[in-house]
Amino acid sequence: MTAAVETVRVERATKASRVFTVAAAVMLAGLVSLPWWGDAGDMRLIAEMAYYLALAQLWNLLAGYAGLVSVGQQAYVGIGGYALFYLTGVWNLNVYAALLLAGPFAGLIAIPVSFAVFRLRGAYFAIGTWVVSEVFALIASLILVLGAGSGLSLTVPILQEISPDRDARNTAIYLMTLAVSLFVVGVVYLLLRSRHGLALTAIRDSEPASASLGVNTFRTKFIIYVATAACTGLIGGLIFLQKLRISPEAGFSINDWTVVVIFMVVIGGIGTIEGPFIGMLIFIVLRELLADYGTYYLILLGIIAIVIMLKAPSGVWGWIAQRYDLQLFPVGRRLVLKPDQSKR
Amino acid sequence: MEFLNIFIQGSLLGGIYALFAIGLSLSFGIMRLVNIAHGDFIVLSGYVALVVTQSTGLDPFTSLVIVVPVMFVLGYVLQRGLLNQTLSGGLLPPLLVTFGISIIIQNGLLQGFGAYDHRLQEGPIETASLHLPGGIDIGVYPLLVFAVAVFGIASLQLLFYGTRLGRAFRAVSDDANTAELMGIDNRKLYAVALGIAMIFTAIAGVLFGIRTIFDPAAGPIRLILAFEAVIIGGLGSLWGTLIGGMVLGIAQTVGAALDPTWQILAGHLAFLAILILRPNGLFPRTRD
Repeated sequence: MTAAVETVRVERATKASRVFTVAAAVMLAGLVSLPWWGDAGDMRLIAEMAYYLALAQLWNLLAGYAGLVSVGQQAYVGIGGYALFYLTGVWNLNVYAALLLAGPFAGLIAIPVSFAVFRLRGAYFAIGTWVVSEVFALIASLILVLGAGSGLSLTVPILQEISPDRDARNTAIYLMTLAVSLFVVGVVYLLLRSRHGLALTAIRDSEPASASLGVNTFRTKFIIYVATAACTGLIGGLIFLQKLRISPEAGFSINDWTVVVIFMVVIGGIGTIEGPFIGMLIFIVLRELLADYGTYYLILLGIIAIVIMLKAPSGVWGWIAQRYDLQLFPVGRRLVLKPDQSKR
Repeated sequence: MEFLNIFIQGSLLGGIYALFAIGLSLSFGIMRLVNIAHGDFIVLSGYVALVVTQSTGLDPFTSLVIVVPVMFVLGYVLQRGLLNQTLSGGLLPPLLVTFGISIIIQNGLLQGFGAYDHRLQEGPIETASLHLPGGIDIGVYPLLVFAVAVFGIASLQLLFYGTRLGRAFRAVSDDANTAELMGIDNRKLYAVALGIAMIFTAIAGVLFGIRTIFDPAAGPIRLILAFEAVIIGGLGSLWGTLIGGMVLGIAQTVGAALDPTWQILAGHLAFLAILILRPNGLFPRTRD
């Protein structure tokens, strides 16, 4: 009696995403084993790619999903970095403990900050977050115990806590950076797949509409802002553990920790998890190719970002995803039509 | 007396911040454009003046005859060719595109002129001062800058409320779609608006370049100061912007009187305090 010869099925994973999961696992295994076959330069570059990827994912979560276009994330990179140097240098805390505290500390600072900047809307929120970051940079440059204007260095005994041997130390820091990057990507992915991710996607698409359907937009944004700050602080600690030195200009640099990150996300594709990967790769490739020509890569990056924003606002990944119907990190659900086997 | 001195010096300092802010306030008021590259345009004006003074031997004030039209044309072309395309698609496009322009200007200047400090030389007027009764000395140059800011805002008010062009600006600002239905060419009007904003940017850049050294990375802090003056004064109010600049200048002078290294920080903190207490600024007019 039933005329239906087709039923529908709801799927999350796609064929491409399953293939990709396997490929990503193989690649990750390759990266984890890098210390045993690559040199220190390779490790430094991959670690840099890993932390830029994490920063890009976090900014994408803020701006691409929660609609919080912050240009002040460098505040939390700097705070995380300074927390590591202060806790190890002044409080004599173990370096791993200090690293673990750097993130929550940055998150804690983000709570009062959000009270001020959440009063601003849109582009004014953006510049407001930047002012806050400038305030932290100025405060750091006034506090003597933080080295004032000249900053702090990590001393040899602190580094020897990780390992007395330099190669072993580099390996440890490299693996930690990979782990943190993986952790951040994983958290963002799982968050977006959860109920909160649905709320976030709704806020991204229309804030008033999502509010009218019962999404507590303020609370969602607040939680995302604080959680992002905490993760950014942890990454900040790691970045400056590699650099061994921090100063107000380096720690709170808008160009290094926010501007290039924004360009990565926009070029790769804002509002997708895949986009930041692509954007980060494009940034690193451009910089390495044009390494001999000063800062021209930044000019080129700016031009590419402008063109993408105007001509293909969904970015490189948005274009690929639309053209080939691809999704490597399935966060949504899709309907699949299939012939009904049981009725035949 | 000390209090009065701080008030006067701070207000005069606020004149330059108001001058920074006029361009930002105009482009926000008319086309809701938040121009992240605003500070870099101020610095770029300084470099244009530097090239003009070095190649023609003109003094910085006279160089404005060339710098102002150059910046007007740049603003017109940029709005017509690029920024108009960003105004219909929400928050990100204008923010990102002006961010891109900012990075291009900063690194372009860095490649072209190097990272060195530059200054424009105007001669004895830079250091001349007036003695007021009560032992207060005020600099002739800060007074001049303040007068230029007041004169600039007054002439903009005249433009807005006394001319056809001003009426069109107000119409577009109130309701861009209806204005278009009434026969106004919004795209062209926006281009003229950014051109006018750039005139003030050029003046601010040259006047500040005479007073303080600048380098390719000096733009962002100018943007932040301009932004703070606009927000303190209230969005869309030009006289409010002047007051906002003065509040910022006074806060910085108070900070500097306590400890010279606190000057900029005190300004930022005053801004954040006003943001928390009066999020719409002191004299709000435009709703965004």
